Amino acid sequence: MDYTQLSILEVAKLLREGKVTSLELTKQALQMAKEKESFNALTQVFEEDALKQAALVDEMFKSGKELPLLAGVPITIKDNINLTGKKTTCSSKFLSTYVSPYDATIVKNLKSSYAIIIGKNNMDEFAMGSTTENSAFGPTLNPRNPQYIPGGSSGGSAAAVAANIGYASVGTDTGGSVRQPSAMCGVVGLKPTYGLVSRYGIVAFASSLDQAGPVTKTVKDSALMLNVLSCHDEMEETSVKRDKIDYMQSFTGSVKGIKIALIKECFGDGLDEEVKQKIMDAKSFYESQGAEIIELSIPVFNDILACYYILSSAEAASNLSRFDGVKYGFSIENPKNLNDLYLQNRSKGFGKEVKRRIMLGNYVLSSGYYDAYYKKAKKVQKKLVKQFAEVFKLCDVILMPTAPTPAFKIGEKVGDPLSMYLSDIYTVPVNIAELPAISVPCGVSKNGLPIGMQLIGSKFSETTLFNVADVFETQKEAK
Amino acid sequence: MNYDTVIGLEVHCELKTQTKCFCGCRNNFGDQPNSNTCPVCLGLPGALPVLNKTAVEYAIKAGLAFGCTINNETVFERKNYFYPDLSKAYQISQLEKPLCVNGIVEINVNGKTKQIRLNRIHLEEDAGKLIHDGIGGTVVDYNRGGVPLIEIVTEPDISSADEAVAFLEALKSTIAYTGISDVKMEEGSLRCDVNLSVKPAGSDQLGTRTEMKNLNSFKAVYRAINYEQKRQIEEIEDGHKIVQETLRWDDSIGESRSMRSKEDSQDYRYFPDPDLLPVYISPQQVLDLKNSLPKLPNVLKAEYMEMGLSNYDASLLTETKQISDYFTEVLTQINQPKLVANFIINETLRKLKEDGENKISANDLSKLLVLVDKKEISTTAGKQVFEAMWNTGESAESLVEKLGLKQMNNDDELKTMVESAITANPQSVADYKGGKTSAIGFLVGQVMKASKGKANPQKVNEMLKELLG
Repeated sequence: MDYTQLSILEVAKLLREGKVTSLELTKQALQMAKEKESFNALTQVFEEDALKQAALVDEMFKSGKELPLLAGVPITIKDNINLTGKKTTCSSKFLSTYVSPYDATIVKNLKSSYAIIIGKNNMDEFAMGSTTENSAFGPTLNPRNPQYIPGGSSGGSAAAVAANIGYASVGTDTGGSVRQPSAMCGVVGLKPTYGLVSRYGIVAFASSLDQAGPVTKTVKDSALMLNVLSCHDEMEETSVKRDKIDYMQSFTGSVKGIKIALIKECFGDGLDEEVKQKIMDAKSFYESQGAEIIELSIPVFNDILACYYILSSAEAASNLSRFDGVKYGFSIENPKNLNDLYLQNRSKGFGKEVKRRIMLGNYVLSSGYYDAYYKKAKKVQKKLVKQFAEVFKLCDVILMPTAPTPAFKIGEKVGDPLSMYLSDIYTVPVNIAELPAISVPCGVSKNGLPIGMQLIGSKFSETTLFNVADVFETQKEAK
Repeated sequence: MNYDTVIGLEVHCELKTQTKCFCGCRNNFGDQPNSNTCPVCLGLPGALPVLNKTAVEYAIKAGLAFGCTINNETVFERKNYFYPDLSKAYQISQLEKPLCVNGIVEINVNGKTKQIRLNRIHLEEDAGKLIHDGIGGTVVDYNRGGVPLIEIVTEPDISSADEAVAFLEALKSTIAYTGISDVKMEEGSLRCDVNLSVKPAGSDQLGTRTEMKNLNSFKAVYRAINYEQKRQIEEIEDGHKIVQETLRWDDSIGESRSMRSKEDSQDYRYFPDPDLLPVYISPQQVLDLKNSLPKLPNVLKAEYMEMGLSNYDASLLTETKQISDYFTEVLTQINQPKLVANFIINETLRKLKEDGENKISANDLSKLLVLVDKKEISTTAGKQVFEAMWNTGESAESLVEKLGLKQMNNDDELKTMVESAITANPQSVADYKGGKTSAIGFLVGQVMKASKGKANPQKVNEMLKELLG
């Protein structure tokens, strides 16, 4: 029997009933990885380790030990998350041979839940991009239609889950990198509140915006994954100290009385008509379920993309400076001098988009431009935080598209970075304001491409998001 | 023409915390290269810094020791530049909101007191160390990378090499008192850069300054300042302009070489480190740290001078906390500041220089000094006993006994000796009686000689006067 299409919760039940073993699940997932190799969703597969690990978990099940829900379930992780003894490539030539000597905190969490990590996902180099075309290992294809991009930067994560290669993936979301590909591949993607999931051991892109989050087939699986991933981490100052919540308790099955806001700035130019229609359908559905729909405004909303590219690039330029080839990573033979070593290592080791961001970041931080760009962007950020706070006084969640369009064709926007950046217009404000948001499939386009809707909540309102998303997922189709 | 020299110093001082500034690695000088490293201080992908609270406390203590204002909110920034010893290619430092601002260091040069203002003290991390292997290769030791460092920046209040050295000495001894650093220039835990310019005497207009680096001893600082001020004056006298540049001092040849000019000066692209939270320091915390500071050398020195010690002696006794603690402890048992100070300065400090380690406890020294004070032994005998105590570790009492140095205080015995001296030296007696009072000194000497130094000279003197009328 083929189990690969099931959810984590479903296979977790079968594992406990003894109807399937972790080894069978893992073998099938690995088989799927082979069959779907052409999608290029993975940079590495850990067949031997995964099978060994699965056998161990089966032993534990046999001994009657009570195990976490994720135990024995094959998953993948984005290739910017450190796993001891394995390469952390960030889909970059620069790190293509770099092996991590330590585990990211979230990998420790996954390991202590006995998840089976079968491989690592392809991504835009250093998580910079919206299509997964910026990978040193070639683009990932959208499993729903391989002529199309899967979104990015966690395109490999979304594609893997959509293609049933593992039951979930952990991606990272700096400006929409979990949600946007999830929307484009028709899976569920969560960006948790900043500080809820540890960043330690995840290769930094923009430290103040980065947040890891799960890509899953269902909303309940997303909650299950967040239970495993979230924790306070002493290794990270920005990690939040909070009582541990069981996100599996989020689900009431009802949205009665919940206030859902539409933000008027989100429905202007550039929004695809089909996408808009799907969001309106979702709105109508919630209304029919007893939710209260209100229209609100975030005046600064459409300025945030610019603000995001300033702040994220500034931090990225500094974060990526350590990749000089002195200690590890790509390094040329026989440099002429120290400057030549730096110049050649970084010119040859990094791809185009990464270099574009480094230049942009260094520009906005340089003396004479710092106040005009970096400081101003910081001010705009404060404004956005305030405007979101005003909105959340009046509503529980915000409903908007995850991306303005469904997936576009591979190569279509490669030469036009600005238009590519626009595909993150709805997702970046969430990172800038440190909020949680979830992307849930809400239909398909006439071309058969998935469309995602995004639910945004106030800080630490993941339980509300899960509930509202789950009601849609489980009851919309039934209706 | 006469010139004024204007000098500002930037002093880096490594803090003696158990662990590094942003990770749990051991902070220790001289360990096996790269043994005290981890993903954080090696700048491995994904690693994040977490601030060592003790380093913040130490930096605040330094600030308080110099009367700085402690900012109640402080922020860490990234100073971005490429160099192989800097593992992350940025140094976590402070620019806009340093921990401490506006302090004072008081110095004394040629009997004149001067106050040098501090602009700021901020906390940052040290870089690793490049080691050139001598065959054309360079390797990096990251043990020092991430060690907490304070940077102390003065206002341009220093006007000579003497003042600069006096400043560094005062700084060093005060920091040593607080216990936050080893302040060893030879191990690099104290480093100093000199900013120097010259201007026509009395002018308000500052000249163009140069910055000198690689000054590894107080002597190098002294020589470099004298060299640079002379060089700048000569340039000006020759009609040349001073170029703003960074110079590297080469102490072996006594010259500086240009490292880079202002045109190639780096843009460090400072911005707040998003991995670190702002640090808030409460007034109570500042107060607690203030109370935890020991008495500092300038305070102790004033106290010692109030006890009647000279400025010079008080300075010597406050050079290190070890010595002033020792002095204070001896004083608790024998309250004779001058006697104790003389012994410690002349004997203890001399022997310490030879042996590097104090071999006589405060308790033992005070027992010896009580004997001297009570005139049970003479001062000369006291010094002899001190030497023996240092070498053998025996107590003062037993050594006085062993060496037979106990002062002769028995009147009858003394009287016999005094009488025989009178009998044996009629000429001196006649001189004395004839009005030559100094002749009595010779007679005292004779008695001392006869007693093998054990007679109490004061008593002998009195007795002679009495017998000779």
